[in-house]
Parts: sequence; structure tokens; C-alpha cells
Amino acid sequence: MNISYLFLIPLIPLAVFLLLGIFNKKIKPAVSGWIGVAGLVASTLLSFYAAFQYFFVTGKLDGAYQTFTARTVWLNFTDTLHIDLGILIDPISIMMLIVVSTISLMVHIYSRGYMKGDPGYTKFFAFLSLFTFSMYGLVLATNLFQIYIFWELVGVSSFLLIGYYYTKNSAVAAAKKAFIVTRFADFGFLIGILIIGFYTGTWDFETLNNPEGAAIANWASTSFMGLSVLTWALILIFMGGAGKSAMFPLHIWLPDAMEGPTPVSALIHAATMVVAGVYLVARLFPMYYFVEEGYVLNIVAYVGAFSSLFAAIIAITQTDIKRVLAFSTMSQIGYMMMALGVSGFDGHEGVGYMASMFHLFTHAMFKALLFLGAGSVIHAVHSNYLKDMGGLRKHMPITNITFLIAALAIAGVPPLAGFWSKDEILVAAFENSQFLYSIGVLVAGLTAFYMFRLYFGIFWGKETTYAHKPKESPRSMTIPLIILAIFSVVVGFIPFSEYVTADKLGFVAHLNYPLAAIAVFIGLIGIIFAWIFYKKENDLAERFANAFGVFYRWSSNKFYFDELYLFITRKLIFKRISAPIAYFDKKFVDGTMEGIGNKTLVVANKIKGIQSGKVQDYAFGFISGVVVLAIVFIYLWTN
Amino acid sequence: MIPGISITEILSLTSILFFIGVYGFITRTNLISMLVSVEIILNSTVINFVVINKYLYPELLQGVVYSIFIIAVAAAETALAVAIIINLYKQISSVDVKETETLKY
Amino acid sequence: MEKYIFYVLALIMIVSAIASVSSRRMLRSVVYLLFVLIGIAGIYFMADYNFLAAIQLTVYAGGIIVLIIFSVLLVHHIDMELEVAKKSKRIITALACLIGLGVFMTTIYSHPFIETTTAVTTTTADIGFALLSTEAGGFILPFEVISILLLAVMIGAIIIAKGEDVTEEPPKETPLVKQEKPVEKKKELLETEVTV
Repeated sequence: MNISYLFLIPLIPLAVFLLLGIFNKKIKPAVSGWIGVAGLVASTLLSFYAAFQYFFVTGKLDGAYQTFTARTVWLNFTDTLHIDLGILIDPISIMMLIVVSTISLMVHIYSRGYMKGDPGYTKFFAFLSLFTFSMYGLVLATNLFQIYIFWELVGVSSFLLIGYYYTKNSAVAAAKKAFIVTRFADFGFLIGILIIGFYTGTWDFETLNNPEGAAIANWASTSFMGLSVLTWALILIFMGGAGKSAMFPLHIWLPDAMEGPTPVSALIHAATMVVAGVYLVARLFPMYYFVEEGYVLNIVAYVGAFSSLFAAIIAITQTDIKRVLAFSTMSQIGYMMMALGVSGFDGHEGVGYMASMFHLFTHAMFKALLFLGAGSVIHAVHSNYLKDMGGLRKHMPITNITFLIAALAIAGVPPLAGFWSKDEILVAAFENSQFLYSIGVLVAGLTAFYMFRLYFGIFWGKETTYAHKPKESPRSMTIPLIILAIFSVVVGFIPFSEYVTADKLGFVAHLNYPLAAIAVFIGLIGIIFAWIFYKKENDLAERFANAFGVFYRWSSNKFYFDELYLFITRKLIFKRISAPIAYFDKKFVDGTMEGIGNKTLVVANKIKGIQSGKVQDYAFGFISGVVVLAIVFIYLWTN
Repeated sequence: MIPGISITEILSLTSILFFIGVYGFITRTNLISMLVSVEIILNSTVINFVVINKYLYPELLQGVVYSIFIIAVAAAETALAVAIIINLYKQISSVDVKETETLKY
Repeated sequence: MEKYIFYVLALIMIVSAIASVSSRRMLRSVVYLLFVLIGIAGIYFMADYNFLAAIQLTVYAGGIIVLIIFSVLLVHHIDMELEVAKKSKRIITALACLIGLGVFMTTIYSHPFIETTTAVTTTTADIGFALLSTEAGGFILPFEVISILLLAVMIGAIIIAKGEDVTEEPPKETPLVKQEKPVEKKKELLETEVTV
């Protein structure tokens, strides 16, 4: 399979970014929107063509999907250890290409309507293109270092887009928070990369992931504190992934990231960038699975499961609709992580891996749809808060229907997309651990409940009187909604297990009817509860909240994690560690240097009087010097 | 060759004149006075040339010829110095060294 | 006899030199300088260098002194008294000069000069031949260099003395060179030029 044309996929958005970025002021907003969309259309077509070629034309070789790479050496350290730049094509990267292209294209089209009249319109599209380029580079990376480079680039794009409304203090703070938290996590990622480079001598994914390869075979050769060094490296890499994917306890940036424009939230903080952590673990899955017999995968599974439950509980009590969706995203990513964590490797054992990727795929569709729908609502109502909404179904029929489809999909109602992927995840969890399975089922019910709380709160519930009548969004916004709604319905029917599996061989997945029935039942219970509480305006929900009391308050305050972090950073790290170091630096290190400088100045000021400018003073100095030298040479040096 | 006078006595005389000139050059506050001091210094050194020529190597002419050159250069220097002083006076209406310290720091 | 004449000359020269560098009247100082120069011419006569003595008298006593007197009269009132340097400065300078003189003296008196007794009279013709000689030991090159130097000095002196009229026209618009109070303004001009 000739894959050289695939280089164009990331390069087109880069070109668009450069074009829009450099000629920011010269291009009219109407034109710049179309340029962005056109670039994305080209990339999307190429991505779909590549997927078609890969799965249906090239097909399997000896029963397995092949891996294609095209690369060029960028930095050489040793014969084996070098940083390449290139593209790597295998089932998961193709799948991610489809996800990124589709969502990004939809968001681009949507943004033309949503951002209309914004003063930074061209800049916004430039940033979107930069992000798309970075994300393509990330999913196509051939080695750990390349993925790290693009990892940071998506971080920067995310920073730029969260802080897009940079005149708002809260947006600036949120952008900084997102950047610092993910940077902190990436610190672990980098150390992990360096450890892997040092102990295995390569960063190349193909070499590392080869189950018979040296890296995996010799994992036990060096150990540190009871664990293999590679285990430590993988834990650190997972730390990076957890930061990007907002896993507990590095999740605090994601809710605040909702300060960015809503299309950005849909693209970056729901569908693509936040699943980069899942993608990273999946990318290194053979290593995670084989090194220390899957020790790190247990960590992944439990962190994922806990984050999933934790976020779902918080999501129930939030009143800002975007924050509900943000915690929902965190919860669903936790699901994916959990599925990866419980997965095996060969054949049907690898159902967790497959389910995780499948859920990533379907989740991208319906979560982007939810965010875009929320954006449409916010666009109409000019508020993020549930209390300002209600009864919108009459005013915004298209948004209503598409939002409902997405909500049903995420709640796991058959035959929508979410049902299939969630079912696979629960099957994988059930086969591995009853405990994780029960968490998964509980989260499924909570998800259905908070999603329909949101849905009923927005489109049903109390009949709010609006200051100016909300009306349906323009066509540029509703068309992406409709397309994504169709996707949310149909993508579940893709026989995913035949395309994307850990061992690339593919297997036939069967619906596990008892488990599916339980999940659907739980989901329906959640929906019914939401129906009772929020369909009509009543005080049931409030009474319920009061009954829970402390627990409700903790949840609505996100379990005070922001405060905890602030306490740790401000009170402990800043005051107890940084302040003394800063004091030492200022007083002793700087003090020495400044002292030298100041003393030089003082001395110079004192002796500058010698340079009087009077020729006679110079003559006097000259004569005295001559006399002194004469004395020295005549009487002291000759005897 | 001055009968009864050794070279050391003449050299002592020129040394005294030289340092009187130096003293004047450093202490006078007036450009023309400094020029006068420079003339004293120059002349005292010219005598050295001549006297050493006469007392030590009477058959040579170097000392004499260079004395002539020094006198020529001194004349040229004086002419230029006077031109500069007068020009300076036209510009700042003073020939005091205090007024010409713009070179400092 | 020559011995006494020399001591008298030496005395006159030293006294006039001291008077010349310490007199507070400008013109008197120049006249004392004249005495010193004439004394030096006397030394040349006694050393049997008549031509040199003649040059000393004509160039120095005749030319340079007149030039200096002219400049003094151009820039000073005849009875203006000069400022004296600070006492401390004078003392320190005198001290340095005395130390230097001591060094000179000890060097001179400790050095064994080998004086010849042959008396050779150098005539004007000898000097003339030596100056124009192109052979080894001739002085034709320095002679020509001096002539070029004198020419350059002549041109330079004219240009400097004529001042800015020749060098360049100052820009008309700048307020610095308005001709209302020429002297003050020129002073400013000089300062700005230097600081620039």
C-alpha cells in the first residue's frame, strides 16, 4: 500500500494554519472560514480514502492487518536510538484519522455559524487548523518522541483555544490551569520516554510493540524498587496520558477548560485531544500487556473506573450544562481506560481493547454532537446555566431531536451507537472482574440519569420566559448536528471487532444478551428517574438533594478538589518550599551577582573623577608614572 | 666644547629647565602659558642633543641636524597651537583649561 | 672665563624659566621665555655652533615669541592676572618634579661619560652638505619630510584659524547658529558637537 500521500493529511491543516495565521488581518472572515473548511474537507476525503484502501483494498496479510510506515530520520543518537518523523498506519491510527477528520470537519462547519461576527474569527480558524494538524501528527506518530512533540502541540493548541476569550479573566486562568496541569503530567511522560529510550535503545513503536521483540522479552532485566524499570516507565507514560485525558487526580483542568468557545470544547475537550491518553495506552498496548504481566494495566483499569464513577457523581449536581458534559466526558474516558485495563491480548481475550477503541469512536460522535447541541442552545439562550433554560423543544426542534439522539446514545439505549460499545466494555469488565463490572453498570445508570436531567432541563421542564425569543440556529450549525446524529445512530453497526483489535487479527463479537439487558435496564431506570424529577417542574429533585445533604454539597463542589490542589500548591509548595528557595535565590545567588555589579559601579563612580578631562591631570599622571618606572628600572632592577 | 665646563653640568642645567617646564605645564591654567612651558621643555631637550653631539661625538652631525629639525617642528607646532587657541577663543571666548574639559568621563 | 659666563647664563635661564612658569602676567611670562631662549642661544654660541645659535635666535626669539605675543594680545587684556592652580596641586607637582629631577641627576652623575678633547668646528657649509646629502649618513629624507610637514602645518593653520567659514556652512534653520549672539551660540554649538 502506497502511503506517501498520507503525509498530506496533516500538512494541509498546517498550510491552512500558516495561511490564516500569517495573513490574519488581510483575509476577510467570510473567506477564512471557507479556507478552513476546504482544507479540512481535503484532509477528510484523504482520511476516508486511506481507511477504505487500508481495510478493503489492501486488506489482511496472513490474517492480520499490516502496519505501514514512512519516515525520515530527524535526530540520530545511536544506531537504534533516533528520533524519526513520519507516519504509521495501522488499524487504530486509521480509526483515529476518521474520528479526528470527521469531528474536526463538523466543528469547522459549525464554527462558521457559531463564531459569526467574532472579532477573532480568522484567528479562531487558524488555531483550529493548528490543533487539527497537531492531532493528525499525534495519531500518525511512528515513535514515542514524535508523539510527544505533537502531544505538546495539541497542548499548546488547547491552551490557545481555551484562552480564546483572553479578555475574560476566568478564560485566562482556565487556559493556564489546563496547560500547567497537563504539563505537569507530561513531565512524567517525558521521563518515561527517556527511561524507555535508555533501557530499550529505541523509541520506535513497531520495535517496542513487537511481542517477540527484545524490549518486551527482556522487561525483567533491570528492576527498580521491586518493579521493572519498564513498568515504571509505563506508569510515568500513563501519567502523561492521564493528564491529557483528565483522569483522576489530574482531572481538575477539564471542567475549567469549558471557558473556551463551545466548538472547541466539542473538538478538543470531548472528542479528540482528551482521548489522546487512551490512544497512547492503546498505542503501547503490547508493552502494557506483556511487561510485568500487565501490572500497569491494573492501575489503568482502576484509575479509569474510579474516574468514571467520580465524574459521573459530580456530573449529576452541576448546573452549567457544559460542565455536565465535561464531567460526562471524563466519565466516559474513564470507561475507555477501564476497558483497556481489563483487556487481554489475543483473539477474543482482547475484547476490552476493541471495546475501548470502539467506545472512543462512538463517544467522539455523540459527545461532539452533545457539545455542539449545547453550543446551539447557548447560542440561542446566551447562558450556560440550566436555570436559564427550559421548554426549548418548541423553539429549537432540530437541536432538540439531535440532542435527544445523542443523549439516548450515551445512555446506551439500543440500537444507538453507545449501546454497542458500552456493551462490549461491560462484557470485557465482567470477564475480568466483578467489581469493575459493577462500577461500570452503576456509572451507566448515573450517565443515563444526568444526561436526561440535562435533556429534560433544557428542552422540557419549566416554561421559561425569555428576554428575546430563542430561535433555531442557522443552517451551518444544524447541518453538522444532523450529520453527527446520523453517525451516532449508525456507527454502532460497524463490526468493529473485525477491524480494530489488539493483535490485529480480528474476531467476531457476539452480543452478550444477559449483560446487555442488565445495562439497558439500568440505563432505562436512570432515564425514568430523570423523567420523574425533571420532565415537569416539581420539587422532587430539590427534596432529594436535601435528603442527601452533605453528599450533595460535596458533589456540587466537585469534592473540593480544586480547593485541595490550591491548598497543596499555595500553602504547602509555594509557601514552604518555593518561597525559601526564591528567598535564597534572591538574597544569596542574585545577591552575590548584584553585589559584584553594584560594587563595580560604586568603585567606578569613585574613580571616575580621575578621568577629569583636563589634559594637565593626564600629564601629571604621565610624568609621575615615568618617574616611578625610571626609579624601578634604574634602581631596583639593575644592581 | 666649553672650556672648564663638563657635560654633566650642562645636562644638569637642561634637566632643571626640563622639570621647570613640566611643572609649568601641569600647574598653569591657561593654554598659552602651557604652550610657553612646552617651549621650555622642547628647548631643554634640544640642548641635550647638541651638547651630547659636541662632547661625545664631535665629528658627527646628527645632533645638530636633529636640533634643526626639532626647531622646525616646534615652530610648526607653535603655529598650529596658536591657531587652535585663537579658534577656541573665538568659539568659547576663553583659553582657560577649565573650559575645555568636555573630554571627561 | 667661559666657565663664569656659562654659570651666569645658567642662572639667568633657570631664574627666567621659573619666573616664566610662575608669573601671573601673561605677557611677562612670554618675555621671560624670551630670556630663556636667548640664554640657550648663548649656550650654542659657547659650544661653537654659530649656525644653530642663529637659527635659535631667528626662529624662536624672532618668530615663535612674536607669534605667542600676538596670540596673548588677541585673547587677553594686557593687565589681566592669571588664575593660579590650587596650592596642593602645585606642591604635589613640585614634589613629583623634584623626585624626577633627583632621578635624572643621579643618573647623569653616575654615568661615566667619555668626553673627547678634540675640538671640531662645524661650519654652516658642513650642515648644508649633510642636510642635502643622499649618501649614507645624509639627511635628505628627513629634510624633505620636514618640508612636507611645514607645508601641511601651514595649510592646517590657515584652515583652523579661519574657523568654520571654510570647513562647512552650518545649517541655516537650526536655532543654535542664529547670529544674534555669536559667541554664546558658538559655545553651545561646540558643546553639542562634542557630546554628539
